[in-house]
Order: sequence, then C-alpha cells, then structure tokens
Amino acid sequence: MQPPKRALQFLRWFCREDCIEEIEGDLNEMFRKNCQTSPRTAGWKFTWRVLRYFRPEFMKPFNNYQSNALGMYKSYFSIGWRNVIRNRGYSLINAGGLAIGMMVAIFIGLWVYDELSFNKYHRNYESIGQVWSFHSDPATSIVDGDKSMQYPVGATLRNNYGQYFKHVLMAWWPGNHTVAVDDKVMLKNGLFVEPGALEMLSLNMIRGSYKSLDEPHSVVLSRSTAEVFFGDEDPINKTVRLNGRMDAVVTGVYEDIPRNSNFGETQFFAPWDLWLSVNEWARRQEADWDNHPINIYVQLQPNVSMEEVNAAMKELYRKNMPADFYKTQERFDPFVQIIPMSTWHLYGNVENGKPAGGRITYVWLFAVVGVFVLVLACINFVNLSTARSEKRSKEVGVRKVVGSRKGQLIAQFLTESLVVVVVSFLFAMIMVGSLLPWFNRLTDKDTTLPLFNPVFWAMSLAFIVLTAMLAGVYPAFYLSSFQPVKVLKGVFRSGHFAALPRKVLVVVQFTTSVILIIGTIVVYQQIQFARNRPVGYQRSSLITVHVSDPAFQNKLDVIRNELRGSGVVAALTASSGPLTAIWNTTNGYEWKGKDPNMDASFAICNITTDFGETVGWEIVAGRDFSKEISTDSTEAIILNEAAVEYMGLKDPVGQEFTDVNEFGQKKWTRTIIGVVKNMVMESPYEPVRQTLYFYNPKVFLGLMHIRIDPNASAADALTKIKSVFNKNVPMAGFDYTFVDEEYARKFAQEERIGVLAGIFSSLAIFICCLGLFGLASYVAEQRTKEIGIRKVMGASVAKLWQLLSKDFMILVIIACLVACPLGYYLMTTWLLDYDYRTEVSLWVFVLTVIGAVLVTLLTVSFHAIRAALANPVKSLRSE
Amino acid sequence: MAQQILGEFEELVLLMVAAMHDEAYGVSILEGLEKELKKPLNISAIHVALKRMEDKGFVKSRFGGITEDRGGRRKKFYTVTALGKRMLDGQYALRSGLYKRIPKISFS
Repeated sequence: MQPPKRALQFLRWFCREDCIEEIEGDLNEMFRKNCQTSPRTAGWKFTWRVLRYFRPEFMKPFNNYQSNALGMYKSYFSIGWRNVIRNRGYSLINAGGLAIGMMVAIFIGLWVYDELSFNKYHRNYESIGQVWSFHSDPATSIVDGDKSMQYPVGATLRNNYGQYFKHVLMAWWPGNHTVAVDDKVMLKNGLFVEPGALEMLSLNMIRGSYKSLDEPHSVVLSRSTAEVFFGDEDPINKTVRLNGRMDAVVTGVYEDIPRNSNFGETQFFAPWDLWLSVNEWARRQEADWDNHPINIYVQLQPNVSMEEVNAAMKELYRKNMPADFYKTQERFDPFVQIIPMSTWHLYGNVENGKPAGGRITYVWLFAVVGVFVLVLACINFVNLSTARSEKRSKEVGVRKVVGSRKGQLIAQFLTESLVVVVVSFLFAMIMVGSLLPWFNRLTDKDTTLPLFNPVFWAMSLAFIVLTAMLAGVYPAFYLSSFQPVKVLKGVFRSGHFAALPRKVLVVVQFTTSVILIIGTIVVYQQIQFARNRPVGYQRSSLITVHVSDPAFQNKLDVIRNELRGSGVVAALTASSGPLTAIWNTTNGYEWKGKDPNMDASFAICNITTDFGETVGWEIVAGRDFSKEISTDSTEAIILNEAAVEYMGLKDPVGQEFTDVNEFGQKKWTRTIIGVVKNMVMESPYEPVRQTLYFYNPKVFLGLMHIRIDPNASAADALTKIKSVFNKNVPMAGFDYTFVDEEYARKFAQEERIGVLAGIFSSLAIFICCLGLFGLASYVAEQRTKEIGIRKVMGASVAKLWQLLSKDFMILVIIACLVACPLGYYLMTTWLLDYDYRTEVSLWVFVLTVIGAVLVTLLTVSFHAIRAALANPVKSLRSE
Repeated sequence: MAQQILGEFEELVLLMVAAMHDEAYGVSILEGLEKELKKPLNISAIHVALKRMEDKGFVKSRFGGITEDRGGRRKKFYTVTALGKRMLDGQYALRSGLYKRIPKISFS
C-alpha cells in the first residue's frame, strides 16, 4: 500500500530540502503502521499530517532557491561589457550607429513635443478661440474665411450670445508699434486688446494683476521689455509713449510668454480703449457691417463646447445685420465660426469653415522619419549580432550544457543589448546637449533638454528599454535557440536561409534611406523652382519703411526731398500695402461681359507717383500711370494679368470698370489704362491673385518704398536714410524691411524642412553604410580561407573584389527598385499641396540610385579589397 | 542567555530524547510520548520542537541507514548535547527545589 500521491506531491513541492528526508521518512513509517491497524483511514491521516506541516518553518524560501541571483545578473553585465570591449570595432559600429539614431530620435522628439505643446502655456487654451467670418462664393460655392471681423460683431456676441462666453475681446492686429520711454525708442510687437486678455491668456503677472489693463491709459510689459527700458528700476507708474501719440502708465509686468505660443512675440498689452482714442475712424465702425477691420478673441464658459457655440451662432448675421443689408449679402451665405486656439498652430489651414490640417502633416512626417532612423540603427544591431552568432555559438552551447535555461540565455543577450543601448544613449545625450543650440537655430525654436523633468527621464527609460528590446529581441531568441549538441560538435552552419532575414533587413534599410534622399532632393527642387519663379518686379536693394504713424503726415514732403537729395536713393514711392503681402481685398465690381454670379473679389493696392519705376514692374499692355495726366487719379485703373484672366477680357486696355455698392448703385467708373505682369506678393507656391492698382498721388499712404542707388553701398545708404527719418520724426521708430529678405522669408518653412530632411537622410544613409561596413568586414573575415585558396589557384584581385561586393550590390539594387516607385508616389502626393509646383523628374531617381550604389560600393570595397590583397600564405598557414 | 528558553512541550520532547538515548527519531519519540501522556499527538509538533531545539543547540542529529518501510528515506536520530543536558538538570533542580518547599499540609 502506498501513501496518497497528491499529498506526497504537495509535501515535496512546499517542504524545504533539508527537512524533507526526515519528515517524509517519518510520515511513511507511520503510514505503514496505520495501514496494519486501520487501512481505511491511513490515507486520510497521512494527508492530514502533511497539511499540518504546511507552515513557514518547513516551507521553501519564497525568493526561489537561487541564492546567488544577484551574482548571475552581475555576470550578465560583466560578460556583456567584456564582449563590448573585445570586439571594439563592431561595438563602435553598433553603439555609434545607435547613438546617431537615438540622437535623431531625441531631436525629433523634442521638436514634436514643442510643436504639440504649442499654446499650451495658456491654461485656458482649450476654451480660447478666435472668431472668423466666412462666406461662400456663389459661383463655385467654395467657402472662404478670414479672421478679420466687423466691429459690431463684438457687441453682438456680448449682448445676444453672452451666456456662452467668459470673455469677448475685441483687438487690433498684433504688430509692431513704437514704444518710447524718454528718448529711448524701440519697435515692439504688441497687442491692443480689451482688458480681459491678461486673465484669458493666464499670464504670469510679476507686477500688477489681471485688472492692470482696466484703466484706459495703462500698459502691461513683458519682463524682458521692462528690463530693456527700465533696467533695475521699478517700471510701475512710469510713463510710456506708444506710436508717438498714446501716453500710458505701466501698471503691470508679466513673465515673457514662451516662443511656442501664438502670443510668443507679444511684448506688451495695451487697452483697446487706448487704441480707439487715437483711431477715431474705428469708433465710426460701430454699426458698419460691411468693413472687416478688427480681430475678436473669445473664451468660452467652462461647461460650453465649441460645437455648441458654433451651432448657436450660425444665424448670427441673419439675425443681427440690418435686414436690407443682409439681403445684399444673402447669396454669399455669410456666417461666423470660432476657430479654437488648439488648432491655430497645427491645423492652421481653414477649409470650409473648419480647421483642416497644416503643420500637423510635418509633425507626423518627422515623427515617422525619427522612428525610421531609429529602426535603421536597430537593424544594424540585429544584423551584426546575428551575423556574428557563429562566433558565439560555442559559448551558447557550453552555457546550455552547464545548465542555462533558454530564458536565462535570452536574458543574457538582452542584457548585452541593454549595455550597448545605455552606452549609446549616453553618447546620444551628450551629442544632443552640445548640438541643441545649433538645432534651435536651424528650426527657429527654443527647446531645451528638460533634464529636471521626471517625465522626461521616465520616457528616456522607456525609450532605452524599448530600443534594447527592438535591437536585442531577435538576436536573443536566435542565439538562444541553438542546439548544444550540434554547436559543440562543430557541425553548426548557419544554413542558406539564416542570412535571409539579414538580407531583408538590409533591403529595408536602404529602401528607407533612398526614399528619404529622393524626398530631400524633391523638396529642394520645389524650393528652387519657386525661387526661380518670375516675381514681376525688382526686389533687390529695395526697402520698405512703415510711415503709417500720423507723425509722418506733415513731414513726408520734407523727408522725400531730403531723401532724393541724399544721393543714395534712386527712386521712391508709396503704397497702401506692402509688396510681399496683400492687405486689402474687396468685391462688387462690374465690367462688360461679367458673369452675374461672380463674386468679383479683387486684391487692392493704392499707389503713388513713381511706383512702377521704383519697384520695376513690367507693363505688358497699355501704359503706366503718369503724373502729367491729372485724370489718372480719378478715371484710370491698372490691372495685373491675373485680373485680366479672371475677368475674361480679350482686349482689356480702354475698357470700363465700374464699382457698385451693395444695392447695385454705381459708385464710379474707371478706364483700364494698362496691364502689368503678375507680381508675386503672397505665397510663391500659389497663383497670383487678381489685383487692382489705383493711383493716389495726393492721399497719405502708410508704406514708403525706397530703391537704393545701385552705386551706393547698402549699409551706407541705410544709415543716411535712417538719419533723415530720425531727424524729421524723432518720436517714431525707423521701421524698415528689405523687400528681398521679406520675400525670402516666404521660403523659410520649406527651407527648414529641406535642411532637416537633408540632415536626417544623410544620417540615415550613414547609419546604413555603417551597418554594411560591419557586415562586409564580417563576411571578409568569414571567407578569409576561401579567398586565400582562390588566390592560390590564380583568382585576380578584381575577381575577388567582385565576388565579395556582388551580394551587397544586389541588395542595394533591390532596395532602389522598391524605393523609386514609393518615393515617386509619396513626393507627387506632397507636391499636390502646392499650386505652383515642379515635376518629379526621372533624373532624381537615376541620380539617387547611382549615388546609393556608389556609396555602397565604396563601403563594401574597403573590406573586399583589403581581403583580396591579403597574402594567402598568412590566411592559410594558421589552422 | 535570554533565548535559551525551554518550552514545556520542548522539555518533554528533550526528556524523551535523553531517555531513549541514541534510538530517538521522530516516530519513536511520538510513540513514547503518546504512551506516557496517554493522549494522541501530531508528528508535526514533535518535528517543530526538535527543529527549534536543534537550532538552539540542545540536541544534535545524525542520519541512520535506509530502511524499506520508510519509502527509501533515512531516519534522523537525535541525541542530547551537553548544553541540553545542563538545561534539563537546571529544570529538574528548579522544579524539585520548588516542590520541596511545598508545606506538608493536606490540600482540600
């Protein structure tokens, strides 16, 4: 008779080793005795007794029975480290590639984080929005919108929709204003806005409070601005003069708003009433539903959603516009919508009244690129470790024979990859730290490494573990799956297919890099294409000076004469809008043959004498305005080519052009006297807008354009011009821009993307080549004997070189074949965003493929040729 | 020494080990005690006591040979150490000393 099996199993499972002998023996003996006396209950008694032993004294220790687990982990690390040190070359390739990959990933991570946290500095950012007005074109039913609002909308929102809003703030456009304290005059970006702005934007007030703007003659400065003007003095209650005619008292100072906010450049906030006090015309707009001069910011009540308000305001115009006026507007179906602050930056393109894409595309694009570059670096690691597995197969065999479990081996190899990853991470951090200022300049950002942020470290840790896993999992499983018998007998050969995953990974690497390179070239081509676009005027050595300050009004003649006499000015003129933007659009014109449904909206520019001569526009038909012909200012108009096309005129010169008011009554009629070549004033990627030029020699226009004499040096000319302005109007700052610089700024975003893409794709191809270099050296080492024998048999160096390079070349060519169509597809899709775009031409692909093949050949050849040149005696002698 | 405490049950087991001299192992101690005390005991209690006393140094153990009726497990024999013996002597002296001081009167 045997004691119950289950009970015995249980006892053996929990009982500690040093007691089991005695206990099991005694229990067995008692069981025998019981069997003789009462066999029926013996089993139960045995079980009961076993259960009585289930107490801590007899149990196995809980922390498993490996008392030297710590030693084991220590050994993992020391073996890992020794492996790193012993194979210096490979380790360097591994760690270097990984470090570069990680650096790229960290940089991109910082950039993406900065982009995603845009505007989040403002605590209420989810409930803040800006009111836009929209209308649809009856002919095309395309909905178009703008943030410029009619003055009465502010009061309407406040009175009729007040329950939805915590703040409704009318504001002027953010822009540069002259700020003067005593004789210090500077241009500072500022916002004239109603007092709630400080609270709405949750500014961090160092001095003063959120009520600081309540008094009309007050101003609140950013800390840096206060320091510039007042140094260490207390700025509070000091007087500041804005734009030379608004006196205000400093009532508060706020901590500078970080750059990644739409208000990041705003250096002061001043009350809306202060602005109104010197802009009398604006007050007269209080009932004008036609003109759109101002901005309106809102903050919603806490429990109100944007959709709710937008739905409620859909009928705002119909209900609140004067009925007869609304009738004239009805066919445009005007409506207002709030565009939430959370979309201002990343979803800046507003389509059909809704935010739709924008920068977010680039954020995604770069995030994907970052992940890819990191994956490329991980692939290097995987390839080198598996390729070198034969070297370590003996170690694995011995470890298994001695008793390592598979799990332990996996842990060991993962630890090794962790060691390499940690080292690379340290390198990457050092590189990021030292290259950050350069990166910030490149991307025009203010990012810092958040070294004291626990979240950052937690993410870094996760990042390290993830990379270690990504890079180490496949080698770990591959290496630990060797069968010890085979490995130790020496018949282990990583068969024909063992190299297949490796080859696939190399193809993936090169495909990615080739796509990145194609992308970079196409981005550069597109920029170059837009740069070479004829702009229709001469933009070099042309400066624009802002003279909108009323202080200029009576001095302009004097300034003009002095400038002309200074000897450095070739020509000068003035206009209502700049050459690099359109400030004014209007609609409602009539001409012969006009489609009655047409919206007839035009960009408008008022110009004075010598405009054509100064900016160098080209008249393609008719004539320029002339100061000799007095009727030019009242009866003449010049169009650009886009306008002629838009209006569908065959022979425009001499035709009549009529302005009608909203009720269809004629306001004036002018004759088209000339047509100018299109001038690119807005985005160089978009078609030129139809533009009307009016001749206004007598009217005061806010922008003066000065062409510097080509024989004078720019610096010298600028000093002289500046002195003329400062002498005549000392209270206003000399606010000027070079037109060519302003124009170049339109390329800034694409250029930045081009530079970043260029850097990232060079790094990607570098990482790939690093991996290939490692693989090539390994293959050469593997085949040393073979090469030696071939050489002895009479193979030439060229043949051997071909033998060693061929395999890699095939992989790269396959990669190119995959990458070209993919790259073509991706880049044509990207280009669709641009109206004025280049074609993706064949030579891009040819060039990229040739480049990739050449680079690979160079990388691989180093080792191939070295192996081929080696003396066969040396390689064959040792066995 | 503070930890050199001998519990009541431990004292009984120790006495049994001493009395059986070199023939004391789990089952024999259990049977001896059951016979003396005239009540059933659990073997695990004996083992706990033995283990604790071995840790305290009152008993020492050795393994005997393999016997068939123990399922191939060896017996673990216990003997009293000098320290154990001193402890028993002390307990005995304490008890008999106290006993002798009981006045010779009748207890109702």
